[in-house]
Amino acid sequence: MAIMRYAEALNAALREEMGRDPRVFMFGEDIGRYGGVFKVSRGLMDEFGEGRIRDTPISEQALTAMAVSAAMTGTRPILEIMYADFVPLCMDALVNQASVFGYLWEGQIEIPFVLRTQGGGGVGTGAQHAKSLDVFLAHIPGIKVVAPVTPADAKGMLKAAIRDPQPVIFLEHKLLYNTRGEVANEEDVLVPLGKARVAISGTDISIFASSKMVVEAEAAAKLLAKDGIGAEVIDLRTLRPLDLSAIKASIAKTHHAVVVNEGWNFCGYVSELSATIMDHCFDDLDAPVSRVAMPDMPIPYSEPLEAAVIPNASRIAEAARRTLA
Amino acid sequence: MQNAPSIEEQMEIHRRMILTRRLEEILGGLAKDGKTRGPLHRCDGQEAVGVAGCMALRANDYVCTTHRGHHVYVGKGMDPRRIVAEIMGRETGYCRGRGGHMLLGDASTGMIGGNAIVGAGIPAAAGMALSIQVMKEDRVAMAVFGDGAAQTGIAHEAMNMAGLWKLPVIFLLENNQYGLTVRQEVQSPVEDLFIRAAGYGMPGLKVDGNDVVAVYQAVAEAAARARRNDGPTLIEAKTYRMQGFSTSDMGGYQSEAEMAPWRDRDPIRLSAETLSKSIGSEAVAEIAEAAEVEIQAAFALALADPFPVFEFHRPSGAYTEV
Repeated sequence: MAIMRYAEALNAALREEMGRDPRVFMFGEDIGRYGGVFKVSRGLMDEFGEGRIRDTPISEQALTAMAVSAAMTGTRPILEIMYADFVPLCMDALVNQASVFGYLWEGQIEIPFVLRTQGGGGVGTGAQHAKSLDVFLAHIPGIKVVAPVTPADAKGMLKAAIRDPQPVIFLEHKLLYNTRGEVANEEDVLVPLGKARVAISGTDISIFASSKMVVEAEAAAKLLAKDGIGAEVIDLRTLRPLDLSAIKASIAKTHHAVVVNEGWNFCGYVSELSATIMDHCFDDLDAPVSRVAMPDMPIPYSEPLEAAVIPNASRIAEAARRTLA
Repeated sequence: MQNAPSIEEQMEIHRRMILTRRLEEILGGLAKDGKTRGPLHRCDGQEAVGVAGCMALRANDYVCTTHRGHHVYVGKGMDPRRIVAEIMGRETGYCRGRGGHMLLGDASTGMIGGNAIVGAGIPAAAGMALSIQVMKEDRVAMAVFGDGAAQTGIAHEAMNMAGLWKLPVIFLLENNQYGLTVRQEVQSPVEDLFIRAAGYGMPGLKVDGNDVVAVYQAVAEAAARARRNDGPTLIEAKTYRMQGFSTSDMGGYQSEAEMAPWRDRDPIRLSAETLSKSIGSEAVAEIAEAAEVEIQAAFALALADPFPVFEFHRPSGAYTEV
């Protein structure tokens, strides 16, 4: 084990997977010579050359479509989209290409590509560079969507995503890149996709979150502990396919649920979580599910305005108290 | 002539064009009788582009096409019986009835698909070429797309990257003059779309899209160039769509005066005339007769095939539960 930053853990995963499989290559804007705007691909162009680490023009639509068709013809591309806010530009390739051909041409082709991107707010990047569009992606059949929070999971899940035969969207968060944690040095430590993790164990209420919102949920659990409330924090890790057994097991224990996502509330990822819990855990619930999400509005720039809209520990704790009241 | 098709190849091109034309005509009849599902997009009059274009490639080269791709399917060597079976929604179809006539795929012949999002085939072929370049394979990829697709933004992005990285790809622009019901001059400020190649640092040329030898030569030349790692080529094949946009098109916008000269230049008639000079008109007639037997058998077999049974697609599951 070694202590690594989240960005370094991703870098290690990319280096190891490119080293073990010549079919893996990566492309995207500013990822080569510069090493990526968030330095995730630092040093990789020197190691693997300009053929396998490519700087690209600003062409998200075609890049995504090219990742899909390259994956169908024998390579395992990794595409970096600099901001999750640019994901709408990628949508045809995901919704009309990647989603459908795995089913239509099943048995003839596989589509093993990874689209890495980062979203989230909190540092004043404004309305076009701070969004979390998780639900846009998790809505699409045939595509997996993951959003790890720890450096260990960042490495293990990126390696698993690169080896997965299906398209995987890998969601990072700009505020996680500098967080530190223990990470396995060994090359073959993979973290399976589709499995949640109990971040904090508790018996009174379950808080379901992913990515940076797990950090907020953990802080909320500490606030609740002061009031004698034992909150269980479930780090979903994968947004699709959702780990239903982990959700059921937690609610069977706590009988209360708060669902958290940094994206918009209406038709949001929180709505899907809430409906899923209703569908599968209704008899175990002692109170309605509470949602904590971004208000349905653009993200403002100024610090007090932005802080007022992004879900945080105190809003999560407040929702938990309301649910238990 | 450099890269010209041999007589044997011209005979095979002729055969595949007749198979395609008869496929379209029989499907048109079935559509009129209400025996097909959804719209059908016939390529009557455009057969030379798809068939000769694909015949100029190797079996392991990749091709993708549009919603109007029957000539490309047959041209790349796909089995007419399984094409018909797919269009008629049968289990024996290339996609087991999941795709339909616009979305056929057959990895075994390098046909990585029809695509019914206009313009989507252009980056798709560029991505296949990127895969070929990364793996250093001896293959090329080709996108067959229309004048309508040439106006999309994604065409610009993909051609720019193809030129930039010298990807082994051929952009075969099949200019049939119409994007749905709207003529090309209402969609583009320039008549010749191939001139855009200059902006991407690749050669561009136009050919008579109803002349199989011209199409074959242009594609063969472009494929040779791509295999030498000299990069992409944009070929504009001028042709004309003799049927409407689809079987649900009510028409009224293609005048007889506009269509008559193209009817006189029917690619199958032109190919028959050229071939007769080399092999005699009797041998040319025999090709047509054999093709008729084959297409009739394809329909008879496909229509007797079973429909698929629905199965839920597990790999797309929304949940894991262990």
